[in-house]
Amino acid sequence: MNFKTIITTIAVLGTGITLAACQMDAYQAPNPNGSELWSGYKTATAETRAMQDDDFANPGMPMVDSAAALYNKKDGEANMSCADCHGAVDDPKGGSKGLPMKGVSARYPVYDADTKKPINVELRINKCRTKYQKAKEYKYESDAMLGMTGLIALQSRGIPMMSTADNPSDELNAAWKAGEAFYYERRGQLNMSCKHCHEDHQGELIRAEVLSQGQSNGFPTYRLKWSKLGSLHRRFRGCNGNIRAEPYGYGSDEYLNLETYLAWRGRGLPMEGPSVRK
Amino acid sequence: MKHTKFMTAAIGLAFVGAFAVNAQAADMPKFTIVNDTIPASLTGKPGDAANGRKVAIDRKKGNCLACHVMPIPEQQFHGHVGPDLHGVAKRYDEATLRMRVVDPKVLNEDTMMPSFFTTGQHRVTKKFEGKTILGAQEVEDVIAYLKTLM
Repeated sequence: MNFKTIITTIAVLGTGITLAACQMDAYQAPNPNGSELWSGYKTATAETRAMQDDDFANPGMPMVDSAAALYNKKDGEANMSCADCHGAVDDPKGGSKGLPMKGVSARYPVYDADTKKPINVELRINKCRTKYQKAKEYKYESDAMLGMTGLIALQSRGIPMMSTADNPSDELNAAWKAGEAFYYERRGQLNMSCKHCHEDHQGELIRAEVLSQGQSNGFPTYRLKWSKLGSLHRRFRGCNGNIRAEPYGYGSDEYLNLETYLAWRGRGLPMEGPSVRK
Repeated sequence: MKHTKFMTAAIGLAFVGAFAVNAQAADMPKFTIVNDTIPASLTGKPGDAANGRKVAIDRKKGNCLACHVMPIPEQQFHGHVGPDLHGVAKRYDEATLRMRVVDPKVLNEDTMMPSFFTTGQHRVTKKFEGKTILGAQEVEDVIAYLKTLM
């Protein structure tokens, strides 16, 4: 064994130890979900599940189909389509620029260096529209935005949510912490926090409703109650309203932080969007 | 004539306003906690158990069935989040029941159960800001009803 080999061996070992340390560091926060990670699919009726399982029966899909046309349509002053940069929406290579849609929804929200805040798929779409297409933003809860987020979510079906935002070295860590604080903060006249329903009493009945684990992996979701696809932030607003708390705005910092935190709570859950729920 | 109509409306509004303020003032949460119980009636009057049962069912009032199984057979789908309230009066006396309805967080700071007669929660919607979930007499009515659950 010559000197060079020894140095290389030490370097390799050192890298391994550092990587292992990072790995441990990344999951240092305890799993708050309980023994099982589950989405609302688990407690949905057979009929609702069947709708989600079959894209032809999924009532959220017509909106997604419309978005697929929009995806390929040139728009804005730059006269560019999404496909011009990303390739076909289901192209695993993501066109000539190598920006595939596959896995995006499972990875988001990510850190936006421009705003120094989390950016979710909705805001990312609008950033592309204003920055590259020179087009008008989609309204947050518009059909075009819901269809487009549904179309992008579809490319991540079955891919586990991935978040390392609990890691102090992760750029999203400050947002993760703020989201965690939000999750455990009581609010509204009924004075409840997210954790009271979705952690302490998950799986239990509120009248005829099963309390979910509050996971975000199925969004946008077609809620039969809404008769429409809806965003995660719409659901947050509904939850807040139910406990008589003033909801925050679509795309607000508070909800972006919460979305960042929920992506971490759901890490490992396969993506289901666009899902179907009661 | 227009002027008169306007005056009448203004007087009417002032009257409604004064009434609203009075109603709210009457329901401002005032109670005395003794050893984690509230022995005295919030209104000084006895409760009406029949009305208390209605308040317990009403989804916009007590909505007790959201979380508790209760001897209210005509209503379907009782929640299972909280304890079954059959026989609750055997387990708790009136002063303890009152504490548990008014502000259960005094007994368990981590409970999910709302405090039905407190104000000052974080970020309450405008519609409910400064208001208690139940009025003082409604709390007494619910207590009177719960006392029948032997």
